[in-house]
Amino acid sequence: MERITIDPITRLEGHGKIEIFLDKEGNVANTYFQIPELRGFEQFCIGRRVEDMPILTNRICGVCPEAHHMASAKAADAAYHVDPPRTAKLLRELLYSAFYVTDHTTHFYALGGPDFVMGPDAPVAERNILGVIHKVGLEIAGKVLQSRKYGHAVIEMIGGRKVHPCTSIPGGQTKGITEEQRKEIESMGRWAIEFAQFSLKLFNDIVLGNKGYVDLILGDIYHIPMHYMGTVDANNHVNFYDGQISVVDPEGKRIAKYDAKDYGDWIAEHVEPWTYLKFPYLKKIGWKGFEGGKDSGVYSATPLSRLNAADGMATPQAQAEYEKFYTALGGKPVHHQLATHWARLIELLYAAERWVELATDPEVTSDKFRTPVTEKPTEGVGCVEAPRGTLTHHYWTDEKGILTKVNLIVGTTNNYAPMSMSIKKAAQGFIKQGTVVTEGLLNRVEMAFRSYDPCFGCATHSLPGQMPLEVSIRDAQGATVKVLRQFC
Amino acid sequence: MQERFEPMIIGFTCNWCSYRAADMAGTGRVKYPANVRLVRLMCSGRLDPTFVMKALAGGADGVLITGCHPGECHYIEQNYKALRRVTLLKRVLEPMGIDPRRVKLVWASAAEGVHLAQEITKFVEEIRELGALNWQLRTRVPDMAVSMHQLEEVAP
Amino acid sequence: MTQKPKFAMYWAASCGGCEIAVLNIHEKILDVDKNFEVVFWPVAMDAKYKDVEQMQDGEILLTLFNGSIRNQENEHMAQLLRRKSKLLVAFGSCANEGCIPGLANLSTAAQIFDTAYSTPSTDNPQGIRPQFQVQVAEGTLTIPVFNPVLRPLAQVVDVDYYIPGCPPESHQIAAVIDVVIAVLEGKAELPPKGSFLGVGDSTVCDECPRTRNEKQVRQFTRIQEMKEIDPNLCLLEQGLVCNGPATASGCGALCPAAGATCAGCYGPPLGVLDAGARMISSLASIVDEHDPRKIDITLDDLVDPTGVFYRFGLAGSLLQTGKASWNKN
Ligand code: SF4
Ligand code: SF4
Ligand code: SF4
Ligand code: FES
Repeated sequence: MERITIDPITRLEGHGKIEIFLDKEGNVANTYFQIPELRGFEQFCIGRRVEDMPILTNRICGVCPEAHHMASAKAADAAYHVDPPRTAKLLRELLYSAFYVTDHTTHFYALGGPDFVMGPDAPVAERNILGVIHKVGLEIAGKVLQSRKYGHAVIEMIGGRKVHPCTSIPGGQTKGITEEQRKEIESMGRWAIEFAQFSLKLFNDIVLGNKGYVDLILGDIYHIPMHYMGTVDANNHVNFYDGQISVVDPEGKRIAKYDAKDYGDWIAEHVEPWTYLKFPYLKKIGWKGFEGGKDSGVYSATPLSRLNAADGMATPQAQAEYEKFYTALGGKPVHHQLATHWARLIELLYAAERWVELATDPEVTSDKFRTPVTEKPTEGVGCVEAPRGTLTHHYWTDEKGILTKVNLIVGTTNNYAPMSMSIKKAAQGFIKQGTVVTEGLLNRVEMAFRSYDPCFGCATHSLPGQMPLEVSIRDAQGATVKVLRQFC
Repeated sequence: MQERFEPMIIGFTCNWCSYRAADMAGTGRVKYPANVRLVRLMCSGRLDPTFVMKALAGGADGVLITGCHPGECHYIEQNYKALRRVTLLKRVLEPMGIDPRRVKLVWASAAEGVHLAQEITKFVEEIRELGALNWQLRTRVPDMAVSMHQLEEVAP
Repeated sequence: MTQKPKFAMYWAASCGGCEIAVLNIHEKILDVDKNFEVVFWPVAMDAKYKDVEQMQDGEILLTLFNGSIRNQENEHMAQLLRRKSKLLVAFGSCANEGCIPGLANLSTAAQIFDTAYSTPSTDNPQGIRPQFQVQVAEGTLTIPVFNPVLRPLAQVVDVDYYIPGCPPESHQIAAVIDVVIAVLEGKAELPPKGSFLGVGDSTVCDECPRTRNEKQVRQFTRIQEMKEIDPNLCLLEQGLVCNGPATASGCGALCPAAGATCAGCYGPPLGVLDAGARMISSLASIVDEHDPRKIDITLDDLVDPTGVFYRFGLAGSLLQTGKASWNKN
């Protein structure tokens, strides 16, 4: 059997690895997407103090430490049966909105965007952030940097540090913000709204205005119906920080809406011996292998999933874009996985609008940012929507607040099965008997998972979408026949 | 017949009281096992937990710390500080897999050679009971690839 | 045209935060670009691993290595980059002292696997564990072999310089880059091998804006349980376990300034071998008790001392390693 290995850089590099096996006819027999690393947080967090968890679990991922910090603090609140004051929640969500702006910006401009802006067949050397800058102008690069700077400024003001914030504790926050800081945060937020609108316009002009790209998005290869998950507020609008978890089936019917603490009734994880990462699925439907559709428990939790799982956006400008999105793509739910890039920009706009909403709340500068705990801690679940999927932290403690058991279902993990399926489908679509495997073709396979914005910092450690590839084609004896290289 | 395990013990002793007591114990009629190597400190309060860790990491099976009786320290209250340090140190070592009984604090005045010798003898027996620590073996990483069942055998 | 010296940055078992910290130096990145030829930096550019292998030994002038050594693959990369680099820098807490993932060294590998693949939400009745090599229908698949102990970089290869912090603060990274550029321009000398860079020469306490009154404590408490926290007073004197006294300065005391205790991410102060030992000494000094029983009662409230004192430094500590530094002295 012939075998193609798509390996970031090489097998020895420790990012994701894709193995494509061909049958005798030269068609794709099967694909395996492997995650090569385990760090064991669920084990070594046992015995630690619960108030340490928000800073320990930060280090799961330096790309989205804010998400872990929030989910962890919420789980610790729940373990102590304490409801933090409103100001604490405002501060946390404000920090989190600013983080979303930074994170989605980075993904769109540096990682996922180049595929579209430059086109999937553009020379590798141009299919990167520099290529984007050359094509759309240096001024945009300045804006992208500005957006990242602003986001990190807010994170530092509220969270105490730019990377790995330290201010969320059980019961609230260790500090508040002053009126001067609030004003600064508000004005940065207003800038972020404009930037988000600008990004949507850019997407409209470059991608939606180009028939080739639209065909690619709408094409069959990237069309995979499955279940979708996302957090919604009381009005069933998308929320990143808090709410209930909504799940819709491939027909768009809501099949579940549950509180974070009940996640165990809805989600289970499947183990395969060939990878360190587990595969979450909908427990009530069951693990039916790498299959889409109604009868398979596979679900995704991406920007597209969140839009599909909600009834709308909680802010006016984002709601308008939400409507435009579904009108253009033929109604809900959208199964074109590449539309995730568009959905991400709508979320970017929502995050920026929410940022300003929170920054203008009169209570945000209050000094009531913490409620001392009074009860004995027991057990608690904390959930937030990480950019790459619903993030769950579940802690059990003894009465001194020492962890006795820990369960974590991290963002990217949610999408592990869908990514594996998307890769297989793309590979099957592009690698056919007699087809020469070209760079652009392999990039299309890669695009299949880049739309999920995979961040294996959570699972292992590579940054979203940064997956340079090496492809080696091997014959039945495992000898390398041909090596193709590609760097994103 | 199996050979008797001879523990290696490092003793950190205060210059003013116990080191003299040990001197007496060593030169005089009182005998104590040769397993102990004494290191003199000016006062038990000078004991840096680093010394104990180095001793254990470097092959010691037990560490004995001696100081003047409470109230008799030449530097006022430094021996109380030593007491607190040793108490906390034992609590830190235990989760690492080091039995807290491997570290012991003993008070002995300059005149108490006999008492000190008895304490040393007792400690040697206690450590003999606990067996070798072999800390270096525990933290060494095999250079070759290990299989899953080998992983299980690696301490702590 | 004279050739620019070569620069590389690599992540082993890392969270990516160190890379983000480097990207956060913003304009300074351009200085790096101006003075160096960036030959290998997976996060920022085309990563030519094969090219690294084909380089002459010592061809890369400067490599910043972040992340710890968790598996055989990390180890292989450490050895490769050591060979190819003239100056190998342990960058960030993971590479310096193992960081938080180093707490895994309190467990066996088997415990780590058992827990990870049998959590409450894991459906794994057959007790499947990932295998380093596994036979599937179509062929053999491999994943890197997990080492039983997590190690910092210096326990695997020789290291020239250390830049601590989790992650190192951007202004410190920028300062180090300035020094390196000054060296390249012949305006400065290289610091002695083994130096810590981007770090202050005292403790976080010395940079901390909070007032210290040398007050003793009789009771340790937990931040979430405190009714009031004085915003201007030393947290340790208020009974909170703050790692400031056992942590190198350099960050500007960010955490205590933000109302949180210092977690210790900059590692032990210069000249201190073991952060945990320093914490033991500091805390023992401020406890105001003489009676063994009362000391025990006070210390009972200081829960998980091992995890708290060695939050960042366990894998690099005296007892969890075979650290060259203590073998030598
Ligand atoms: S030192 Fe900290 S920021 Fe750097 S890789 Fe390790 S955990 Fe991440
Ligand atoms: S112990 Fe903590 S709070 Fe007190 S001075 Fe030191 S760093 Fe500041
Ligand atoms: S205060 Fe401590 S934990 Fe916080 S950044 Fe500084 S060294 Fe790190
Ligand atoms: S002088 Fe002997 S213990 Fe202080």
